[in-house]
Amino acid sequence: MPDLQSEIRQFIVESFLFGQDDPGLGNADSLLENGVIDSTGVLELVGFLEERFRIQVADRELVPENLDSVERISTYVRGKLDGAGA
Amino acid sequence: MLLHSFLAVSAARWPRKTVLVAGETRADYASYQRDCHRMSHALLALGVERGDRVAVFLDNTYEAAVAILGSLGAGAAFMVLNPTTKPDKLAFVLEDSAARVLVTDGRKLAGLASLAARTPHLARILVLDPPPAAGEPWGGRVADWRELLAAAGPAPGPPAVALGPDDLAALIYTSGSTGNPKGVVMTHRNMVAAATSITTYLENRPDDVVLGTLPLSFDYGLYQLLMTLRFGGTLVLERSFAFPAAVLGKIETEKVTGFPIVPTMVAILLQMDLAAYDLSSLRYVTNTAAALPVSHIRRLRELLPGVRMFSMYGLTECKRVSYLPPDQIDIRPSSVGIAIPGTEVWVEGEDGRRAPPGVVGELVVRGPHVMQGYWRRPAETAAIVREAPAPEQRSLRTGDLFRTDEEGYLYFVGRKDDIIKSRGEKVSPREIENVLHDLDGVVEAAVIGEPDEVLGQSILAFVVVRPDSGLTARDVRRHCAARLEDYMVPQTVELRDALPRNSSGKIDKLVLRAERAKGR
Repeated sequence: MPDLQSEIRQFIVESFLFGQDDPGLGNADSLLENGVIDSTGVLELVGFLEERFRIQVADRELVPENLDSVERISTYVRGKLDGAGA
Repeated sequence: MLLHSFLAVSAARWPRKTVLVAGETRADYASYQRDCHRMSHALLALGVERGDRVAVFLDNTYEAAVAILGSLGAGAAFMVLNPTTKPDKLAFVLEDSAARVLVTDGRKLAGLASLAARTPHLARILVLDPPPAAGEPWGGRVADWRELLAAAGPAPGPPAVALGPDDLAALIYTSGSTGNPKGVVMTHRNMVAAATSITTYLENRPDDVVLGTLPLSFDYGLYQLLMTLRFGGTLVLERSFAFPAAVLGKIETEKVTGFPIVPTMVAILLQMDLAAYDLSSLRYVTNTAAALPVSHIRRLRELLPGVRMFSMYGLTECKRVSYLPPDQIDIRPSSVGIAIPGTEVWVEGEDGRRAPPGVVGELVVRGPHVMQGYWRRPAETAAIVREAPAPEQRSLRTGDLFRTDEEGYLYFVGRKDDIIKSRGEKVSPREIENVLHDLDGVVEAAVIGEPDEVLGQSILAFVVVRPDSGLTARDVRRHCAARLEDYMVPQTVELRDALPRNSSGKIDKLVLRAERAKGR
């Protein structure tokens, strides 16, 4: 679902890279290790995902496996949307 | 006693005990000590001498912990730099300290090519996982860290190095009101005294497992490592608090007993359902860097009823000043307590005399933990450190206003200068203003702190730009993010046509603050 991925990337570029995309940041790269996102950034990201995709992010899901790269976020969101039985 | 004696003593006593859990790495005392010895030998082989500075520019990793203790073992002093430090600031700190060696990783080195020509003092850069051709701009100064450690042999003993308690152990860079960061000079004696005092009142035991989520560049994060080595415990080192659920999961799986926090972390934790986690292993929680709101203290006490809570206060210049004994937290929750063991504190009035209870004055600290001074800044040192014949009698003006109650417990009132505390870290408005003025098109700028539920204080920049510059608030924030550590980047940039001035012609921050307060 490339649209989902590009939308998430766009949000990250707008919110954390001040509108300037970093071509060196791959969609599989860690947002944390590359200094893109920190603890308050994660909360901002979750707020966006919940509002935009109408999903609920449980506390237990606030882990790097779900949220630490554009690809992981897309996979996680897609899983939530499918799981909702749409 | 030397700072790295903590490791030697604990490793001799508990060689097979786990000392560090960092990412995928689990190390026992014996293997950690072996790696530290190899690091010491590697540094000595590079020509590092007693008192030389070794800069550690790494995330919270096992390798960072090896670099710190390995530097000490070589007779050098370490300085841990925040991993989000940008090249210009890094160049300043490396030159200010005249660091001889930089330890970093391949990913970070890639962003530092512009420093090669600006760091003549830097003799060597030890790189963890260097990319191919990493050394190109550096003219032969780059070396592969793992290769150097391997060359030190599989299990070398500690190198013989002449060193005493008054030798330099660390420089810890902190924000100053003048805008440029200053290196706080700490000897082995200073740091041994601070770590000993703190572990005494926390009543740390060898079975304590401490969760370190704060950066090792921050003295609060650094001391978790040093103190753990002292009491022979285990440190679970996390890169950050960015994924709170993962961190809480570590408390469950590693059976964490000690959890050091700052108010920003508490604000995030209180938004989560803590009851869903098994936090029964926790024995104590500590807070410092900024005051916790009393409402947050109360909620934490309800959520973690059996956990001892320590409200503390300190500053890098002496590490820690005071702690509130946990049996007082429900009686006087807004107090930061009494002097840490082995030290003395008092509130001093404008007349230089000790102020009676209830009267506000500057807090002064005396003891063996007081820094030697700011690195190569004698005037700024003399302004706040009072020398004395014996090391434990030197005293320090904190720059913080306090009062005491009738029973002598301390209460923080405010800062004497306009330093901002955001996410528990000190932020100098001047340092941000200097960066703002470097942006072409900026005419003037003023930075203030504002109360913020999560950050403690958020950072707000008022900026006047040349009309033809076309600069937007986002352009200004992007400029800041490329030059300042993450915690210093203003959350809000407000463009203005002009800034208010006071009668002496200076930008009037009181007016700016009053306008914002009215808008809230």
